[in-house]
Amino acid sequence: MTIMKNALGYTPGVLLESGLTLNDHRNAIQERTAKTGFYNGHETLEFKDKDPIGYERIFSKVRAGLVNSREVAKKIAASPIVEQEGELCFTLYNPAGDCVATSTGIIIHVGTMGAAIKYMIQNDWESNPGISDGDMFTNNDCQVGNVHPCDIATIVPIFYDGFLRGWVGGMTHVIDTGAVGPGSMSNGQIQRFGDGIQISCRKTGINDTPLRDYLHESQRNIRTTKYWILDEKTRIAGCHMIRKMLTEVIEEEGVEAVEKFMYEVIEDGRRGLVKRIKAMCVPGTVKTVAFVDVPYSHPDVHVPSTFAKMDSIMHAPCEITVKANGTWRLDFEGCSRWGWHTYNTNPTAFTSGIWVMMTQSLVPTERINDGPRYATEFRCPAGTWTNPKDRRTAHADAWHFLVSSWSSLWRGISRTYFARGYLEEVNAGNSNPCNWLQGGGVNQDGEVHAVNSFETAACGTGACAMKDGLNHAAAIWNPEGDMGDIEIWELAEPLLYMGRRIKTNTGGYGKYRGGLGYETLRMVWNSADWTMFFMGNGYMNSDWGLMGGYPSATGYRFEAHNTGLKERIAEGKSLPLGQDRDPSLCEYEKHLGPDAIVKRDKQCITTEDMFDNGDLYLNYLRGGPGFGDPLDREIASIQEDLNQNFLMEEFAIKIYGAVFTKDDEGVYTIDAAKTKARQAEIRKERIGRGVPVREWMETERAKIIDKDASLAVQQMFASSFYLSAKFLAEFKEFWDLPADWELPEEELGTPMYGARHNIDIGDLPDVHPVIMVEE
Amino acid sequence: MSTYTKKQVSDLVKGTLDWDTVHLMLSMPKDEARYKLYMEVLQENVSYDDKIILAVGPHLNIVESSKDQEIIIKCDCGHEFGHYSKNWKLNALIYVRDNVEKMKEVYPELMAPDTNWQVYREYYCPSCGIMHDVEAPTPWYPVMHDIQPDLKTFFEWLDMPAPAKI
Ligand SMILES: [Zn+2]
Repeated sequence: MTIMKNALGYTPGVLLESGLTLNDHRNAIQERTAKTGFYNGHETLEFKDKDPIGYERIFSKVRAGLVNSREVAKKIAASPIVEQEGELCFTLYNPAGDCVATSTGIIIHVGTMGAAIKYMIQNDWESNPGISDGDMFTNNDCQVGNVHPCDIATIVPIFYDGFLRGWVGGMTHVIDTGAVGPGSMSNGQIQRFGDGIQISCRKTGINDTPLRDYLHESQRNIRTTKYWILDEKTRIAGCHMIRKMLTEVIEEEGVEAVEKFMYEVIEDGRRGLVKRIKAMCVPGTVKTVAFVDVPYSHPDVHVPSTFAKMDSIMHAPCEITVKANGTWRLDFEGCSRWGWHTYNTNPTAFTSGIWVMMTQSLVPTERINDGPRYATEFRCPAGTWTNPKDRRTAHADAWHFLVSSWSSLWRGISRTYFARGYLEEVNAGNSNPCNWLQGGGVNQDGEVHAVNSFETAACGTGACAMKDGLNHAAAIWNPEGDMGDIEIWELAEPLLYMGRRIKTNTGGYGKYRGGLGYETLRMVWNSADWTMFFMGNGYMNSDWGLMGGYPSATGYRFEAHNTGLKERIAEGKSLPLGQDRDPSLCEYEKHLGPDAIVKRDKQCITTEDMFDNGDLYLNYLRGGPGFGDPLDREIASIQEDLNQNFLMEEFAIKIYGAVFTKDDEGVYTIDAAKTKARQAEIRKERIGRGVPVREWMETERAKIIDKDASLAVQQMFASSFYLSAKFLAEFKEFWDLPADWELPEEELGTPMYGARHNIDIGDLPDVHPVIMVEE
Repeated sequence: MSTYTKKQVSDLVKGTLDWDTVHLMLSMPKDEARYKLYMEVLQENVSYDDKIILAVGPHLNIVESSKDQEIIIKCDCGHEFGHYSKNWKLNALIYVRDNVEKMKEVYPELMAPDTNWQVYREYYCPSCGIMHDVEAPTPWYPVMHDIQPDLKTFFEWLDMPAPAKI
């Protein structure tokens, strides 16, 4: 080790004024935190208490600098994902890699880039490859803590007076990483080795200059090089602006004040969460759960290995404990195993991402830093999809599972807001934002291209306890959601819009309904060679409603080939335009040629398939879940839903008991008295058809004893039972099953490759993974 | 910190509060008096005398029974679902949408889950037929015990006297 250091000319312990190595410095902080319960041992906030104005002044300068740098840097990018959707963020860290402040944007990267810095610290990057003023490091490795490989981080150390004073990280979501499937959040690949370019905290720049070997190598490994390079410049420019900003702040405020601030502010953030939990939540436990379908046995899912060819279900139970001291614990005991698909995650992504959602309710401030993490205990059991402990796992669409599990946490914690009267904060959950329209090939400009439509950044949001969810408004991972301009997407993709309309009947019913999704019908046009695939949920819905509200509508797939549209356009015949209002009526098919091949089904995950010019693809962006018994919905609101085309007549009748007339102009008028009477009947019908829960439990128990359930359901339970004796024991106790009842995966006959033998990253020589959760 | 009137809290519960005030509620630090006002509003909305101490749903509350001071879960209609530490759902009526026909009653074809993967479980009050909850789990899934409040700590947080039998 020493030899290596000497050979490269780096001496450990010279980066900090204290003479400590970065690793010793970080360990000392961890120890002081563990010992006192306060970040870095800050039992009092000395600086803030003594000079509150000075403290706030530094915060304001830093935060404004971060936000401003993001806005300026964004303009460099050409990728619509960055430029239209704002999928980038910049974050400032202290020398230990803990976040001090962050810009607006995708807040999950507070944790992911911090994990990369911590990885460099813990694995002695200080000695080799060395850390110097003017260096740049790049990371997108999910085993280091990234969410998915398409989030590329540039990390720049900040020096002042010869010492390391902090780090800045910049992240953009790139359009393509050269994975087996094009489009950045793709599937088709089932292992890391097909998941695209992997850069593990590599030194990619010296003296503020990107290294040529990295630029060449990275471009060879991805499809969309133009966007890649402009994204690279975006991140570097932002990081350098922020480095300059911090240098100026140090010059104005003094190095001592700024250093103090960079630690104290994290303890301040920790206290902020504790205060907020005590102000808004109810202590005790909340249990919640989410599921996602992985329907891989379908013929339209092509994967390279037989062991991935199976239907499975992601299972994400969570027990949230709000403790008396105002901290909380999130325990994911019982989660199902990771799998041979691209939806796995790692604990850093899992836990960092929770803040994306919590900043929309529990900590809605601009003071996002690593503090709240220090007031939170996470438990992600090893071997589950939240913490695979296997370095073969693919992560390209980690969001697919992540957002579903987080949404259930939002629903869960909302129960505590509701309990004590903070109705304005309640959210029934959010849609699993999908579909992700992705694909690639040779585009309308004759270039090798890949696409990932971020229209899904504007799905329907969950209902609140005092108002409806927002229609086509946001995504749980991007609170600043935006569907993007049609004109920009048509420039970025060889896909014309045949329609973009609100999706009727997609918001979950309730006293307050979920926000509606929308749908866009795209026709392939002017491409030379084109592929696309679907990426969403269909057989299952990852959201529930809350307190009597229904889940939103589930997904379905529509695609059409050999449509004859070119001929129909030439002949001036009718075209499929606008809405696919009731999918069972097959409206689009009425405007296609006689030889059209249509796929209209629940298979919402497919792999790359060829699309010719004139072929159709329906991008259906989901709605959000509802809140409260639908029979409590205001009559005027039901009428409005009908008149706005938000709700089909059939379900106004069945769900809301609406009795109405429709005039010649198609305007609906509800008869309030008749509706009230019908609703009273519906309540009686419910009592008539309902059975006492304990009675029903006997019939369900019999099904369990008979092992009467689909293979996907049984495999989900078997995988959770194997990983969690506790979950199995609770299951058996709840259903009062015989002591010898068991469900080993072996008896199902489903592929078990990878189920019993793990290959952990920590087994690699000289690799010390950063672990920040209980396992 | 902002403060709100009982009328404003009542309007919040009714869903008629003006957006400016809602926005204030969202953006300002939380008002400590909310709990007290909320309980008063909820109490006025029910015909029973038992004291409401926490809300579980729009028509479901944790109350201190006026009979014996036990802490129980109670529907607005007066139906009692048992001790607050136990899962009220076990004393409800259930209707499970576990086939295509039953799903078609709530969503159009292709817009409802495949019941081989997921079912909807509706929990009704046996007395008034209110739907207190809808679960959307896989078949076989145990009934969720959604919330188990630590009332003792809660009243310490509020700095208010706790009911005797918590
Ligand atoms: Zn009732």
